[in-house]
Amino acid sequence: MRRLAATLVGGVLLLYLIVPLLVILGRAIETGLLDQFTHPTVTQAVQLSLLTTPISTLITIGLGTPLAFSLARRKVRGRSIIETLLDLPIVLPPAVAGLALLMTFGRRGLFGPLLEQLGLSLPFTTIAVVMAQTFVAAPFYIRSAQTGFANVPHQLEESASDLGANSWQVFRRVTLPLAGPSLVSGVILTWARALGEFGATILFAGNFAGRTQTMPLAIYQALESDLGSAVAIAALLIFISFVFLLALRAVTHGRVSHPML
Amino acid sequence: MKRFITVIVVALLAACNSPPDRATTLTVFAAASLTDAFNEIGAQYEAAHSGVKVAFNFAGSQQLRQQLEQGAQADVFASANHQELDAAITAGLIVSGTSQVFARNRLTVIVPKDNRAGIETLADLAKPRLKIVLASLNVPIGRYALIALDKLNQKFGATFSATVLSNVVSSEDNVKQVVAKVQLGEADAGIVYTSDVTPAAAEKVTALDIPDEFNVIATYPIASLSSAPQSDLAADFVKFVLSSSGQSILKKWGFITQ
Repeated sequence: MRRLAATLVGGVLLLYLIVPLLVILGRAIETGLLDQFTHPTVTQAVQLSLLTTPISTLITIGLGTPLAFSLARRKVRGRSIIETLLDLPIVLPPAVAGLALLMTFGRRGLFGPLLEQLGLSLPFTTIAVVMAQTFVAAPFYIRSAQTGFANVPHQLEESASDLGANSWQVFRRVTLPLAGPSLVSGVILTWARALGEFGATILFAGNFAGRTQTMPLAIYQALESDLGSAVAIAALLIFISFVFLLALRAVTHGRVSHPML
Repeated sequence: MKRFITVIVVALLAACNSPPDRATTLTVFAAASLTDAFNEIGAQYEAAHSGVKVAFNFAGSQQLRQQLEQGAQADVFASANHQELDAAITAGLIVSGTSQVFARNRLTVIVPKDNRAGIETLADLAKPRLKIVLASLNVPIGRYALIALDKLNQKFGATFSATVLSNVVSSEDNVKQVVAKVQLGEADAGIVYTSDVTPAAAEKVTALDIPDEFNVIATYPIASLSSAPQSDLAADFVKFVLSSSGQSILKKWGFITQ
């Protein structure tokens, strides 16, 4: 009896999460999805999203892995404050993130004059898109990686170095594989957050087809003028995400640990 | 377990039987450019009608129309152009022939107060490497701006409009976002309504006039929705907007009134 109740209750949530996605896919096919795909607005948005999100994710991995490792291992003074600050972009409304970026890196921002001297103007550029995505998405990776590194048993690493491995070899052969599932979860969350990023992007990078109009921005604009186009891009977004997640699971043989631990 | 269920059921019943709201809410969907004027009109209307609360949804007219088409409930729709209101009529949301024009507006160019890009005249908009921000083309002001720029070709040459448009770096979702970007100094210039140069905005931006012969007169129609939950109140509110009190508030906030 209890198991049936649990299944029913769980099933309701499952349906709630899945059905709307299927509705979009269905509606898109119904209204002639394929024609929409040749529309320049759609192709530009897809190209831009598929260009910027991997870059943001790679930057996050490159800079975030050492940070996560330090946070997990070193006795950092004020660690809880640092960790709380790193968690902020996750809970902040994206528009706040956008405003913060604007006030820091905008032309009249904190670093505005300096950037101008270097001949750089960041708002309204594709770089700004990457910056906005990285800002809101990186904390997911950092937290996940940090947990992963912290959970690697020290004895295993100690044994490895006792057996003659240098610290890089220990990291590569012992730490990294054991922390792997957490790192992969982090990458998934980061990429997904970057792909869906809207508020910070539209404020800091602006909305310009081909340069800063990522898929979420294109959907938002299309919603007000051409619903068919919006549905097509939305369906594409769902499909791309699904394929990516599936591929990632296949590559990691399903060994993905729970994200927000 | 039984007691737990009883508590839940009683709580739900209690929630369902809460006393009805004393205040009646009138929902008004209005173009973003009407924000200040309508907030004041709403406050005056509430003062004159106790028990009525006016709730506003300000956004680009195209977004409001889209929301109404998707089933959003509202009593009144005030649009910044005929196109969006006509679309609502076509969608069967408003009875044809019931809309009335309640205000007009003109366009102006705004630049940040310190004007680092040195835009002194309209011709300067075609200077190279400017960062101009407009509303996107499905927003009324975005379309009006394009018309004005085309008209300016008569004065500045056939390629003026295209050159200015090549300076556009972002297409915003409503006019207030254009104002914001210019206020922040991130944009060198933007095209907005003259009514958007409010006292507050004027502290951060300077307006460059667009002469009448090149300007566009934006007409704002208002109508109650066919399925308005408060249809009598809706009609009364529309009357208030068209009355001398409503019109003087609109005039105060920079609109052109009858």
